[in-house]
Amino acid sequence: MSVDVKTVKRVARLARIAVSEEDAERMTGELNAILGFVEQLNEVDVSGVEPMTSVTPMEMKKRQDVVTDGNKAADIVANAPATEENFFLVPKVVE
Amino acid sequence: MSDLTRLTISQARAKLRGKEITATEITEAYLSAIDRANPALNAYVAVTGDRARAMAKASDARLVKGEGGALEGIPLGIKDLFGTEGVHTQAASHVLDGFKPRYESTVTANLWADGAVMLGKLNMDEFAMGSSNETSYYGPVINPWRRSRLDTVVMPTTHQGDGGFVSAGGTKTQRTLDNAQLVPGGSSGGSAAAVSAFLCAGATATDTGGSIRQPAAFTGTVGIKPTYGRCSRWGIVAFASSLDQAGPIARDVRDAAIMLKSMASVDPKDTTSVDRPVPDYEAAIGKPIKGMKVGIPKEYRVDGMPEEIEALWQKGIAWLRDAGAEIVDISLPHTKYALPAYYIVAPAEASSNLARYDGVRYGLRVPGKDIVEMYEKTRAAGFGREVKRRIMIGTYVLSAGYYDAYYLQAQKVRNLIKRDFENVFAAGVDVILTPATPSAAFGIADEDMAADPVKMYLNDIFTVTVNMAGLPGIAVPAGLDPKGLPLGLQLIGRPFEEETLFQTAAVIEKAAGTFQPDKWW
Repeated sequence: MSVDVKTVKRVARLARIAVSEEDAERMTGELNAILGFVEQLNEVDVSGVEPMTSVTPMEMKKRQDVVTDGNKAADIVANAPATEENFFLVPKVVE
Repeated sequence: MSDLTRLTISQARAKLRGKEITATEITEAYLSAIDRANPALNAYVAVTGDRARAMAKASDARLVKGEGGALEGIPLGIKDLFGTEGVHTQAASHVLDGFKPRYESTVTANLWADGAVMLGKLNMDEFAMGSSNETSYYGPVINPWRRSRLDTVVMPTTHQGDGGFVSAGGTKTQRTLDNAQLVPGGSSGGSAAAVSAFLCAGATATDTGGSIRQPAAFTGTVGIKPTYGRCSRWGIVAFASSLDQAGPIARDVRDAAIMLKSMASVDPKDTTSVDRPVPDYEAAIGKPIKGMKVGIPKEYRVDGMPEEIEALWQKGIAWLRDAGAEIVDISLPHTKYALPAYYIVAPAEASSNLARYDGVRYGLRVPGKDIVEMYEKTRAAGFGREVKRRIMIGTYVLSAGYYDAYYLQAQKVRNLIKRDFENVFAAGVDVILTPATPSAAFGIADEDMAADPVKMYLNDIFTVTVNMAGLPGIAVPAGLDPKGLPLGLQLIGRPFEEETLFQTAAVIEKAAGTFQPDKWW
């Protein structure tokens, strides 16, 4: 399978990365080189093989259902580019 | 006073405990070495001198009272991927500009609890994506190793004064360093270069497809990626969560064992951290390997592999056989599919993990006319080319209609790769010996690799299988190529049998010796 410039622009939109016309053309070539490389996986017979879900066979650890952390709003917003009274500030989203 | 930066961790530990030297002295020696070397090598992206001095002072107070921890007073470098409270943590990316976490990663917290001293944060490929340390926002790291040639030079006949002696000439061999700058490998290039150039006693690193072992091989250092689940991933910037593991890069096998003992732990904050006590890895060094079964996988003999790599592998086989190991030929039939499967699984996980860099919670923000444009412009400006490429691949293979063909297929192949290893281990193989990399260090801005991303990816061909199967792997220096560059061998072990790797790597190290670059910086 290979991608065209239109698909690359759609994927860039899904990934929320702005691309120029020139970027999209360059990326099309690079992505096709990588997709061409991974194509060889199709020759592997995987009938009856389960997809891997966990690299080490172990039961998912569950935490105690108790509050162990919190009350650190100031820490959480400390690195944000724009905040007000411990809220993150973003451009207007609702008209 | 001899140069304190030349001491290994185990040597420094003995001198610190014996009160022959102080933590402050060794810390100052490293800080001034960094000051002199970093403009040339670019290994550190942030030096934390004040914090290092304060930590060293506290170490000295504990050492005086005889209360020192396992790494008391040992100055370490930390890869920029580890969250360090109040200190530069940017994964060498522009998108994390100014980020100083309010928390400490579990691995670094373990090191500080054992008394280690932080010298600063080390350069790396952006978000650990790369094999040459050239994708860093802070520019490439330069390998302290350079190619060299051996010349036979004729000594001039010299007369010294009236009635003085006459030197008869003759010949001698002289090594001349080439000026070309080489990459240290990646993504932990800063860690490997700093350890190799004596800019820290040891360094933390991470390995998703080979990012500890490949740079260790390129710099003549020892690097171990432990079993998935051995070191907590909590507080480490995530790349591909099912593959990422932290581990040390050190000057010798013993130092790597000392560091891993402190880095590893059982951590309730990482649900993939495995509940097993951490053994004393150092105790495995020096144990005989007589009767150990060493597997040699035929699939690691690839087309176009330089003959010095094959020769090195044969030397490794001979050393282990001489030490009493039994050498057996094995087959890992799905080896060639590990790298293509990796280039689906890793970008897929990365595209999801890196969705958090949106200009809202931390780091860079580029304004836009609405919130979507703000996201798109921030991510376009904040991520470098390689990172964007991988996010794009990941987004594509996970998008509607392609998930089964790519991601599901890759995860099935991954199970086959793991099964290959399980079969040979079930047949009694204790450890697998392979080359660490398909070549020695290459030049900065290599044109072939810049033109074709897949060429760069091939660097990880021998290391990536280990991540896909979650196994432990160690790279240990084993010799120099004809141009004087270090080459490494890799040992792969059963899950949680890191002790076997240290035990076997120590045999190779004893036979091969250790390797230091000629100082030019």
